[in-house]
Amino acid sequence: MIRKFFQFNWKRKAAEATISSSTILPNKRILASAGPESSVVAAAAPPTPVTTASNGMDSEDDFMSAVSSEDDILPDDDSDNDDMSDAEDFDFDDEPDPDLGMHKDISDSKKAPFDISFKVYQPSDIQRQQDELINEVNMILDISKEEAAILLRHFRWNKERLIEDYMDSPSRVLEAAGLSQTTAGPLKREVIPGFVCDICCNEEEGLQSFSIKCGHRYCVNCYSYYLSQKIAEEGEAARIQCPADGCSLIIDARSLEILVAPELKKRYHALLNQTYVEDKETLKWCPAPDCQNAIECPVKKKDLDKVVPTVACLCSHRFCFGCREDDHQPAPCELVKRWLKKCKDDSETANWISANTKECPKCNSTIEKNGGCNHMTCRKCKHEFCWMCMGLWSEHGTSWYNCNRFEEKSGLEARDAQAKSRVSLERYLHYYNRYANHSQSARLDKDIYHKTEKKMVQLQKESGMSWIEVQYLNSASQALQTCRQTLMWTYAFAFYLSRNNLTEIFEENQKDLEMAVEGLSEMFEKPVTELADAKLKVVIMDKTSYCNKRRIILLNDTADNLANG
Amino acid sequence: MTAQFAAKRLGKELQKINNSLPPGIELVSADNFEEWLLDIRVLDNNPLYRGHTYRLKFKFASSYPIEPPEVVFVKLADRLIPIHPHIYSNGIICLDLLSSQGWSPVQNVESVCMSLQSMLTGNTKDERPPGDEEFVRANRLRPKDIDFFYHDNNV
Repeated sequence: MIRKFFQFNWKRKAAEATISSSTILPNKRILASAGPESSVVAAAAPPTPVTTASNGMDSEDDFMSAVSSEDDILPDDDSDNDDMSDAEDFDFDDEPDPDLGMHKDISDSKKAPFDISFKVYQPSDIQRQQDELINEVNMILDISKEEAAILLRHFRWNKERLIEDYMDSPSRVLEAAGLSQTTAGPLKREVIPGFVCDICCNEEEGLQSFSIKCGHRYCVNCYSYYLSQKIAEEGEAARIQCPADGCSLIIDARSLEILVAPELKKRYHALLNQTYVEDKETLKWCPAPDCQNAIECPVKKKDLDKVVPTVACLCSHRFCFGCREDDHQPAPCELVKRWLKKCKDDSETANWISANTKECPKCNSTIEKNGGCNHMTCRKCKHEFCWMCMGLWSEHGTSWYNCNRFEEKSGLEARDAQAKSRVSLERYLHYYNRYANHSQSARLDKDIYHKTEKKMVQLQKESGMSWIEVQYLNSASQALQTCRQTLMWTYAFAFYLSRNNLTEIFEENQKDLEMAVEGLSEMFEKPVTELADAKLKVVIMDKTSYCNKRRIILLNDTADNLANG
Repeated sequence: MTAQFAAKRLGKELQKINNSLPPGIELVSADNFEEWLLDIRVLDNNPLYRGHTYRLKFKFASSYPIEPPEVVFVKLADRLIPIHPHIYSNGIICLDLLSSQGWSPVQNVESVCMSLQSMLTGNTKDERPPGDEEFVRANRLRPKDIDFFYHDNNV
């Protein structure tokens, strides 16, 4: 495994040496830990993929698999050196380091196990990455850039596999990707005598026509209309085929340049960028509205039950890389999905009904008993029955208002079923109420944040503090929101936990965080005059850091336990 | 692009259709460039369709032939909806050729009719698509807006 890693490293260095000019490091790339907005999340450690993956893994097997999954993503990684240089920090031997426990301790101190490494890419970075890969393939395989792009898209940007397969059998690869082998001259609009367009049936003399390498020739009008329809209406770009029936040749970017209007070209390239991000498992768009950045994160889909990859975009939106929902640490994606579905379903309404009501034995109307004796008279059908045993009231004879048939078997069973349903409902409501409460509070905290901004301005005026001195309010409010978000999901998480010692630790952590959050929240109720007090400032700063600490403890603990199963 | 584009092409197609059509295909009406009616019947002795004629309705958008036409079978007193595992009882046809992905601008009314003819000829199953009843009851979408899943291109 590790040998392979090295080999790859070497291979890539060699490749870089041959085409050094084409692999310029994008300078706008931002490391998670270096970004100012993300400093809350990414602690102070460099995004070291290898050490991250090994965090929280105790057994050697886990360690190995973690490295192997890293290894998988490296070949389709771009040519930045960040990963490499970071990886070199880690001492690679042929044997997994026996001192793993110590390594873990060291890395724990600089990086929490719930933190994952990620990078934010802006649109220009995404474009550059593609260009770099295309240039590389263009040089190595001696094919045009347009063809290199089509091949790379066909191989989902896995350069290594493309080159390997291409070396094996160029013709097979070209055909599968929708490229032909014939090397025609440069493609251009042409006037061919006696040409009839098969699409519009136009046979005028001097009609301009166009064809890609397959030779299926259509008039320029029809061709460009076909392309614009595909791009504008169907949102296709990477895999637009020749208009001929059954021809699978893909229309390349340069042919498109010849045929379509400038605004469509823009759309075409935007769509191409989109497929680039969508094709790569390690890349995802930031889901915030109007945000055009993409995030790269090495967490694999199959690991989502063990890690909760929360990432923060430059636009300050925090979301889960796995499911693109808002940050839901510490609960794993699958659980979040189930929880949200459960909350949305009216299955809980049905649960309530089954816990609190019974049906009339005659007409099946649902009845909620809100007091009174056991002698029921159905309002709809006037059927008289006993609420206890559901039997006919007339059979109760003289035992007025007292059901002595209660201990019979059928009655017992009905009672058991009802009780069970009631307990599970109450359990759900316990967690749901707290979840909903924090969700609501988190929304209110957003308001507080806006008020805080005003307070900060006011405070600057009144107390003569400088801008930097009032920043503690801002960070306190940020901490409050993040902790609420975490707390909210701890309740959803707890609902699915089975009872054991670990749950008790979890609930202790939860309680501590909750108390810390409430304490901090209270501070924001204070008037500005009091806030100006230097003592209170210290209190708030203390509480803020305490909240953050509690949150990190809780997340660390949960992440460790998740990773260990 | 305007409707002119479609009209020009349809005009040429009509000219050709009026001259000659393959056996088993007949033009019923083509009064405008929006909707045409054609009759088709199978040529062999397939017991499922022998002796029957089926009515097809073509609807053309202004983007024809870049976009596929909307083609459905129509039910009349003497025209039934052919029984076929890809034809719903309301006449909607699940055929890759008629979707934007499967369509090629080189296809035309005549080639669509021939494809449908051969789709019937080649069929031996006396059944409707799975979930036909539910689909026919619930569907309010135009055929082109339905996401068919073309799982079987052999029938």
